Amino acid sequence: MLLPDGTVAPGAKSGMEEEFLLEALRWMMKSRLYDQRVIALQRQGEFGVYSPGMGQEASIIGSAMAVDPARDWMVPQYRELMATVHHGLPLEVITAQYLGKIGPARIPDGVHVLPTQVSIAAQLPHATGLAWGLRLRGQDSVVIAYIGDGGSSEGDFHEALNLAGVVKAPIVFFLQNNQWAISTSRRVQSATRSFALRAAGYGLEGVEVDGNDVMAVYDVTSEAVARARGGGGPSLIEAVTYRMGFHNTTDNPSRYQDPKEYEEARLRDPIERVQKYLAALGLWDANREAALTDELRDENDRALQLARSAATPRAEDVFANVYQDPPPRLVRQKAELLDGHEA
Amino acid sequence: MTQRNIVEAINSALAEEMEADPRVMVLGLDVGKLGGVFRTTSGLVERFGSDRVVDTPLAEASIIGASLGLAIAGMVPVAEIQFLGFTAQGFHQLGPQLGKYRQRSRGRYHCQVTIRAPFGGGIKSPEFHSDAVEAQFVQTPGIKIVMPSNPYDAKGLLLEAIRDPDPVLYCEPDRLYRAGRSEVPDGGYTVPFGKAAVVREGEHVTLVAWSAAVELCMRAAEKLAAEGVSATVLDLRTLVPLDVETLCAQVVKTGRCVIVHEAPLSAGFGAEIAATLMEEVFYDLDAPVARVGAFDVPFPAASLEDYYLPSVDRVLTAVRRTLES
Repeated sequence: MLLPDGTVAPGAKSGMEEEFLLEALRWMMKSRLYDQRVIALQRQGEFGVYSPGMGQEASIIGSAMAVDPARDWMVPQYRELMATVHHGLPLEVITAQYLGKIGPARIPDGVHVLPTQVSIAAQLPHATGLAWGLRLRGQDSVVIAYIGDGGSSEGDFHEALNLAGVVKAPIVFFLQNNQWAISTSRRVQSATRSFALRAAGYGLEGVEVDGNDVMAVYDVTSEAVARARGGGGPSLIEAVTYRMGFHNTTDNPSRYQDPKEYEEARLRDPIERVQKYLAALGLWDANREAALTDELRDENDRALQLARSAATPRAEDVFANVYQDPPPRLVRQKAELLDGHEA
Repeated sequence: MTQRNIVEAINSALAEEMEADPRVMVLGLDVGKLGGVFRTTSGLVERFGSDRVVDTPLAEASIIGASLGLAIAGMVPVAEIQFLGFTAQGFHQLGPQLGKYRQRSRGRYHCQVTIRAPFGGGIKSPEFHSDAVEAQFVQTPGIKIVMPSNPYDAKGLLLEAIRDPDPVLYCEPDRLYRAGRSEVPDGGYTVPFGKAAVVREGEHVTLVAWSAAVELCMRAAEKLAAEGVSATVLDLRTLVPLDVETLCAQVVKTGRCVIVHEAPLSAGFGAEIAATLMEEVFYDLDAPVARVGAFDVPFPAASLEDYYLPSVDRVLTAVRRTLES
């Protein structure tokens, strides 16, 4: 729909009006600026291992803008941080998690987001159960669950999509095909021509979309959300994009990635094409970009500062949040730790 | 007074709790019209409908993982895994996911989920059906592990499990499902977790067991009585939480202890019991603590299971050796 050169495909009409697109651009830029900032901090030893979403901002933001934070639920993997922030999770809270904080990293009550999931695809059965349960509880909520091309090889992916189809759970599985699972390329991951095709095997709707086109991502996700809410069942969306960063801050793509591929991906940058499109309409220029960049950097830095200054964990937090009523053994182990800690 | 076997006791707990709490639902393989392969859920789908008694696809990880999500949505799922040995195909969702979710979410979410699973040998079922893998889950903190041995406890512990805000693995001794009826009251009562039961009092040795091994120890104690040896039989009822206090008190009373379980010996939960006794009451022991378990081989063909599983004779041998030292 929105082509890499910033023009709209002939005859295409998005549900995203200009003002809404400016809002999307703001979030996409916020995401990239945050990635750049925390990667720098990680290199300085001030931030934990981090997986940036660079290059995937249209998928991350376009999908998040299609769900309603007031009633819908978001189930992340971990490469869509700014989607969870768009869904109501304060940036300082998710940042505190990366800094190893405990209390300050708790998702606030009323925010419909589940924790990030490091055990790949394990969140998908949870998401199916959540969507199914919300319907059983009589709510008109929809769940959006994130996964990658690598994660789609896991058994949990298959089991979760299969169950969702059977119980007609109101859920949208949003697969970001960024072409890489650490160093394993999409070609090695699966012999399927398209991950979206797999939907047919589970009785789901399957849609493939240009994951670098925020308008198209928003439109197909909105359709899938409406279908799920209306009782039409689950969907699998494959957003075809490219990981312009690395798997995480420990990774080194120069060992396995063809630089030409990266250069080609840069030409399809999801942010630049929106900026070009808006510039042609007279809604974007270098001054506006500079001003918004400053504003977003300040916003991100405020969140970083809040997370840094939030309470640091204490020894007793080792035992926090394991059971509502800890067994006597745990009570004793905690006392032993605290005795030793004070001595 | 109502007499029930373990199958009927479990069915009674499920039906009463579903009646009392509309959030409670049952899901798993063949739990609907069939009533489960052991008929523990018999009659529930007719009474509560297919939204609350759900035949799921044959996929353990999603039965357990979806239960976690259902709980976050506000339901109270009671999932059946057809046999405990098949939790291997959903292990990551049970121990690592259910067990860690409260901690990983910094306390924002908890999982009021019960996973029921029959297990154990003695019914000539093939291969993986019989595996006693309860100790594997002791190494995944965050879940409670419940091992009823009789109809009364089966109902009371199941009601306690369903109402517990944390995830519970509830293991059912399939060999004893229909072994006999005893008094199981109508109406809700609970048996608290972490309270071991002294099911027989003796003076010379304390037999420590859980689940079907309790019945084995009771038969061994009868034989010992004929030889003039009086044995205490202690039913731990729950492995997590563990009733260290009663365990130690009952072993100190006799000064001798034999632990009996159906799982393979090495790193079975008996090792944990023995180590605990070493730490807590070593100087009150009159003999080394002995263990009787299954052998450290995969569960053999059904034709060999009587050789593999702990037997009354093997318990008697261990007791005699303990008494001699």
